[in-house]
Amino acid sequence: MTVQLNIREYSNISMIKGPLMVVKGVGDAAYQELVDIEMPDGSKRRGMVVDSYNDMAVVQVFEGTTGISPTGTKARFLGKGLEVKISEEMLGRIMSPLGDPLDGGPPIIKGEKRDINGDPINPAMRDYPEEFIQTGVSAIDGLNSLLRGQKLPIFSGSGLPSNLLAAQIARQATVRGEESNFAVVFAAIGVRYDEFLFFRKFFEETGAINRVAMVATFANQPPSIKILTPRTALTLAEYLAFEQDMHVLAILIDMTNYCEALRELSASKEEVPGRGGYPGYMYTDLATIYERAGKVKGKKGSITQMPILTMPNDDMTHPIPDLTGYITEGQIVLDRSLHNKGIYPPINVLMSLSRLMRDGIGAGKTRDDHKELANQLFAAYARAVEVRGLASIIGEDSLSETDRKYLLFGDAFERRFIQQGLNENRSIEQTLDIGWEVLSILPESELVQLKPEQIKKYHPKYKSQAQAS
Amino acid sequence: MSAVGKIVRINGPLVVAEGMRNAMMYELVRVGELKLVGEITRIEGDRAFIQVYESTSGLKPGEPVYGTGAPLSVELGPGMLGVIYDGVQRPLSTIGDLSKSPFVARGIDVPALDRNKKWHFVPNKNLKPGDKVGPGDILGTVQETELIEHRILVPPNVHGTLKSLASEGDYTVEEAIATVDQNGDTKELKMYHRWPVRFPRPYKQKLEPVEPLLTGVRVLDTIFPMAKGGNGAIPGPFGSGKTVTLQSLAKWSSARVVVFVGCGERGNEMTDELRSFPKLKDPWTGKPLLQRTVLIANTSNMPVAAREASIYVGATIAEYFRDQGYDVLLVADSTSRWAEALRDLAGRMEEMPAEEGFPSYLASRLAEYYERAGRVITLGNPERMGSVTIASSVSPPGGDFTEPVTSNTLRFVRVFWPLDVSLAQQRHYPAINWLQGFSAYVDLVATWWHKNVDPEWKSMRDLMMGLLVREDELRQIVRLVGPESLAEKDKLTLEVARIIRVAFLQQNAFDDIDAFASPQKQAKMMRMIVTFYSRASELVAKGVPTKKIMEANQDLVAEMNRVKFTVKNDELQKIDQLIQAINARFDQLASEVKA
Repeated sequence: MTVQLNIREYSNISMIKGPLMVVKGVGDAAYQELVDIEMPDGSKRRGMVVDSYNDMAVVQVFEGTTGISPTGTKARFLGKGLEVKISEEMLGRIMSPLGDPLDGGPPIIKGEKRDINGDPINPAMRDYPEEFIQTGVSAIDGLNSLLRGQKLPIFSGSGLPSNLLAAQIARQATVRGEESNFAVVFAAIGVRYDEFLFFRKFFEETGAINRVAMVATFANQPPSIKILTPRTALTLAEYLAFEQDMHVLAILIDMTNYCEALRELSASKEEVPGRGGYPGYMYTDLATIYERAGKVKGKKGSITQMPILTMPNDDMTHPIPDLTGYITEGQIVLDRSLHNKGIYPPINVLMSLSRLMRDGIGAGKTRDDHKELANQLFAAYARAVEVRGLASIIGEDSLSETDRKYLLFGDAFERRFIQQGLNENRSIEQTLDIGWEVLSILPESELVQLKPEQIKKYHPKYKSQAQAS
Repeated sequence: MSAVGKIVRINGPLVVAEGMRNAMMYELVRVGELKLVGEITRIEGDRAFIQVYESTSGLKPGEPVYGTGAPLSVELGPGMLGVIYDGVQRPLSTIGDLSKSPFVARGIDVPALDRNKKWHFVPNKNLKPGDKVGPGDILGTVQETELIEHRILVPPNVHGTLKSLASEGDYTVEEAIATVDQNGDTKELKMYHRWPVRFPRPYKQKLEPVEPLLTGVRVLDTIFPMAKGGNGAIPGPFGSGKTVTLQSLAKWSSARVVVFVGCGERGNEMTDELRSFPKLKDPWTGKPLLQRTVLIANTSNMPVAAREASIYVGATIAEYFRDQGYDVLLVADSTSRWAEALRDLAGRMEEMPAEEGFPSYLASRLAEYYERAGRVITLGNPERMGSVTIASSVSPPGGDFTEPVTSNTLRFVRVFWPLDVSLAQQRHYPAINWLQGFSAYVDLVATWWHKNVDPEWKSMRDLMMGLLVREDELRQIVRLVGPESLAEKDKLTLEVARIIRVAFLQQNAFDDIDAFASPQKQAKMMRMIVTFYSRASELVAKGVPTKKIMEANQDLVAEMNRVKFTVKNDELQKIDQLIQAINARFDQLASEVKA
């Protein structure tokens, strides 16, 4: 906010409804100006102007309006926007979205105040993501590679191990051949307390806690404060990446809670609802969060974003995963049937996608056969799934010989390629070699996506021959 | 500045101002102390409703609003090619240089065309003082890039007697290059003029599209062809490959100028184009693609009102190059985001919502947009033709094609390239569903194909299409009773349809050889598949089982499937050799049957 105003105090509160409070007689409330609300007993709350008229202002109260009375309550317009003090002191700390410590430590003193809404990154100033991040998870590295500066969400279902996977990625992710100056910014949006404890314990145990800044709100807090959580976290991420040259991994959990809070607020403002009752502007609103990732020209740091969301009823066409998928650069989809088979991580590779993958893999980046091998694994596994469907109708015996090989391949692919241990950190070479191993189940004439010279170089059949001779 | 008003309300991108009695509908205004750019979208008494193209955070009631007396317009002249603009034609690179920040700052006023750059102007030799000139007449030319000769036109609203014309030399866009006497008024003409974005530019006559807009993408060129001056839509859920398909169009199409509007999409996608287009070569001319491209980027996180405007800005720039006599392709990704911007603004103005909250005028706005496509005889001398082809993506929520934006779009487009998420999940790209798609231009462009490439193009296309349709029916049967119960000729249909899908329809947009298939290569590949099918059919008719035929040809089928990656556009004799090999193999098989 650039417009400077003095602090003004009003006490004419004409209406209170849901999280909103209408203050009469205010003629100069700036849009999105911050408001302090003082109750007769001296306790304080915070709010923000969401609609400003020439004789009144509508204020959205972050902590909820419970207990606020029109009489005796004072609204103090602070003459500044929603600003939070941001500094590298926040690493190793746990804070609320307004910057108040939640870990019992001292308040953050150093730092500069920043508007947490941020500004859009100029597309002409962006630098394209090209560096491969090795997560050590085959289903991601081999088939849906994550690049530095990418925004890649995990679409989970209730009860699926998305938190374990996120934790494994946070622990294992590296850019090879580089000692990087990294940090994790963790936004816990309206989470259950046990989820919060899981991550805190995890970061403490891995000794990473000093590189992690957590911004947290809990499930029982009002919606207007929940929706600030990712914004404060990403403001910090931008500061660390673009001013402190750090490579930041921003984990946002759980975006479903964010969208629910947004819907609740929208309904209380009596806005025309869109699909599923979510506001029509939810796409744009989510974009102002997800687009705060990437690399920019002339800066060393980067923000890689990994939002996690829960698909209601495992439905990928639900507005929350749907709008997310339209903004993010791919998605990692977790699958209940794989989970029930006991496969961890239960990543459905066919539904998953990394849009930037092709720019960060191949010769000189990972290995020369990576692209074609990934294409071949996708095509073969898709065929295997199709054959499985056919086999369940007509029986395995009526399948052709090739199709029966596809069935074997499908199982081996799930059990050996996708499945791995919670602490198993596979190098990209290991991942690709396992890929070749499971593909060797198929007849060579089926491997049409691979170049003949790649087959000669990496196919286990020729590899062992070469070693023998 | 005509009107000066005062803000009385701010609600997101919507600002209401008082004291605006002199304002016009769609007038461009400057809002607040920061002079943010806005446009008037409704007038009630002396109140004007303004949609603001920049973030309104911090704006307060009582701040001034300045009218400009003119509607939202774009600057049209040399200097647009290779530049990336925001939704209201501000050059983003210049903004980046000025603000020294990776973020887009507010209230920056930068002209769209560089005011200091000198262009080498060559006057039209056929014009001399005293000649009558009218709208669209070519005053002279500027070689803007290696690829595009920029023709300097008399603006649509000027006609009269030419008083003077500048001699050959270097001029900036602000210097007068001609003067025209219009009913006693002397008008100075510069190398650029302005045009309001919401008004289509005039032309002499609209013509029927007859020439294909070739793209090098086989399923587009052969199965559902686009024509120069036509319009088409690419709907698809996320992850189905809309953006890659649109980028293929922008990269490889035979248009002379490409205007790419990134409307409410990802920031990195625009960066990708900025990064790759200078390196990629136009397959038709061999010159860097950026030299023929104008980029307009209003990414999803940039202000929503400017997203609404960006489509019109793109259409106007496309029409301007059309008026110079070029074939122009306008690509918009995505019209759904544009429609959502309409919905957002309509909701804030408390308009009565129609289907799913979209305003009732959604259909007519879509129609206006798609009608800006067309092949035309332009205004002015010398007589010339130009075209604007529109290809837009649609992002239906949940992949549901019955939602308002998709269903209304279907009413106005003549080419429909629907993307199918299940194809994409099998990594069948481009994931265009051949059973749902359509093109109204097949018969119109067939003449061109027959004359220039292969006289049997249409019959081969229809045969392949027929096999694909039949395959779908057969697969339903197979799902019920298994493949063994099919007749031998149906089994062959399944096998050949698979070859069509793998060898022909699937195309890798990122493979050096496969990304662009020349029309000649496409026709040869069709001939290869058709030959295989007709020779195999002969044998099946003689009682040879399909399984036996396929086993005897395993190596040739594998080779057919690889042709797209292995045969370059200038090595088509290799496909001829493969066709010969197929014929030879079948001759041999036929002789075995007889014996």
